[in-house]
Amino acid sequence: MRRTTRVAAAGLGVTSLLALSACGGGGENGGDADADAWILTGGGWPAIQEDFDRWNEANEDAQIDTEAIENDSYKGQIRTAVGSGEAPTLIMSWTGGALLEYAEEERIVDLSEHTGELESRVFDSVWQNGQIDDSTYAVPLNDVQPVVMYYNQAVFDEAGVEIPETWEDVEAAIDTFNENDVAPFSLAGGSVWPALMWLQYLTDRHGGEEVFAAVVEGEEGAWDNESILYALETMQDLGENGGYIDTFNSVTADQNEDAQLLADGQAAMLLQGSWVYSTIHQDFPEFAESGDFGFTSFPTLEDGAGDPSNIVGNPANFWSVSADASEEEQQIAFDYISENLYNEETVTAMLEAGSLPPLGDIEDQIAETEDAEFLEFSSNLVGEANHFQLSWDQAVAPEVAQPLTDNLSQILRGDMTPEQFVEAMNSL
Amino acid sequence: MALPAVLFFGIFALIPLFGVVVISFMEWNVLGSPSWVGLSNWQAVLFDRPFTWTALGLTITFVIGSYLFQAPVALLLGVFMAGQQRYRALLAVLYFLPLLFSSVAVGLTFQSLFSPNYGLSAALPFDWLPNDWLSNSDLVMWVMIFVVGWCFVPFHGLLYQAGVRQIPQSMYEAATIDGAGRVRQFFSITIPQLRYTIITSSTLMLVGSLTYFDLIFVLTGGQPANAVRILPLDMYVTGFSSYNLGYASVIAVILVAIGLTLSLLLNIISGSSKMESDKAGA
Repeated sequence: MRRTTRVAAAGLGVTSLLALSACGGGGENGGDADADAWILTGGGWPAIQEDFDRWNEANEDAQIDTEAIENDSYKGQIRTAVGSGEAPTLIMSWTGGALLEYAEEERIVDLSEHTGELESRVFDSVWQNGQIDDSTYAVPLNDVQPVVMYYNQAVFDEAGVEIPETWEDVEAAIDTFNENDVAPFSLAGGSVWPALMWLQYLTDRHGGEEVFAAVVEGEEGAWDNESILYALETMQDLGENGGYIDTFNSVTADQNEDAQLLADGQAAMLLQGSWVYSTIHQDFPEFAESGDFGFTSFPTLEDGAGDPSNIVGNPANFWSVSADASEEEQQIAFDYISENLYNEETVTAMLEAGSLPPLGDIEDQIAETEDAEFLEFSSNLVGEANHFQLSWDQAVAPEVAQPLTDNLSQILRGDMTPEQFVEAMNSL
Repeated sequence: MALPAVLFFGIFALIPLFGVVVISFMEWNVLGSPSWVGLSNWQAVLFDRPFTWTALGLTITFVIGSYLFQAPVALLLGVFMAGQQRYRALLAVLYFLPLLFSSVAVGLTFQSLFSPNYGLSAALPFDWLPNDWLSNSDLVMWVMIFVVGWCFVPFHGLLYQAGVRQIPQSMYEAATIDGAGRVRQFFSITIPQLRYTIITSSTLMLVGSLTYFDLIFVLTGGQPANAVRILPLDMYVTGFSSYNLGYASVIAVILVAIGLTLSLLLNIISGSSKMESDKAGA
């Protein structure tokens, strides 16, 4: 008896982990006609919650129940829920590979007829991300997050360098900064995903958006492209020859160390998402208000085939409507999308929080905000963009995202050549 | 009397375990419906995926390393905390602290400490101190063994403290009269008397580190170069980042098998089935 108990106890230890991992979230599609939506916690999400609260107050007979879920567990939970037919009525995604799978499995419905005036208001470069085969399967719901180049003017002044506009300028600036013992670029290589931004921009500037589109469309051997190879080689060169800060492989973005390096002048520039603007204001207010904190677009490449107006980043979070929801629930969701998304109150709340709705008709409102300079800059960037590339790790199928990160990490560490990288990615 | 325990064990251990075994014979990406694929997941994970063996090797290194670090430190700490020294109570509270912190908080704190530009290496004036604690693939395993050990040593110290306090004082008094010194007493009385505590603690340490996940996930995510992607983390990444539930379930079953074998072995080696007593005079 004693022995069995011990073995059982040991067994329990092992399996409880499995039991925990096996937990999925269940939808709350009880018998009532209320639609439901899962949103995330933190960031700009409280504004979305308040938007739902106002909707529920105004629409007695079309209630939408919301549940806020922590970001990291959301992706697993929503997938389990969608897969088991228990998804909430409104399904939030980052578009890309996951959205494509939802559509292919017919888990979401075509929204083309249910978007009201939205299409004419939202920037094209953002709207495109919800399109599959010329039909709308997802519509943006919150702020747009382009990746931009931040800089520390004080560091530039000290070294006597101008803000680079072309890649040639960048190369010259790297030399000057190195002579002055300042790192040209801060990079959170330890987190890997910030390095993906470099890979995306360099590939796009060199070969245009078609290069990665071929990867997404599953074209045979699409990774083996001279632009991707160029981008990988350039990144390794930046890592080895003093482009990135020498400790870049140990710097992580979790606690904004990469932004801190820019703020205290150890690095001159940082390529990061637009959310870093508010991070810097919160965590390093002295730098943010010193007048040295600047931002610009990614440099152009002289002979590059890519459109220099192209940008990368997160176009937004998007709503889709579950095919497993009842007709009543779907109707509530359609009404919410066509009548309520980006209404005036919500747009104002977003702007006050420093986040930018991807809309072409709010210039006047932007001009009145506290962060007008940055918001105008980002709005122009997105509005004029010929193409807005969704982050590659979101754009590819989920099973490709992890190897992409693993292999890029090896590129950063110099454990893999660009040729080995494309070979490994092609073999997936 | 045993019914609640059996129910609990059934619902939270046996049923999920059975489910995992079933899924290990299926192809399932969570989104679509699962389909039977026979032994092909097993074939793929065991023979066509070299990383499985790498991960197993990493897991063994991690388990043995953790044991060699935690066991002696916890034993010495437990013996010390059971004593009567000055400030002992205060120190015992301090040693106990790591056990109270959540692993995510511990992870983020150590991440700051290991930061190359703002952490320990930047603060201390020692040039020989490496500054790539978490990004050097040769170093990161040992760093993780240390951090995880730091978290769990207090718990095992507590077990040993309780064990030492149960040893009759008369045995030490008799040994002192016979002229045995402190070191001799430690090896001839304390260690043999702590035998069952050692077995319990060892089982928990070995099986615990075999299935350990959270700090490694928070601090490294398995990077750099997958140098700390031990089997539990590999299972998570395969199942919940790549959504290959079939492969992940195979890894899970392998982990269960190793865990059960390990605790059975410990049980046999320790001979706990034999009835014997080593209490003085019993």
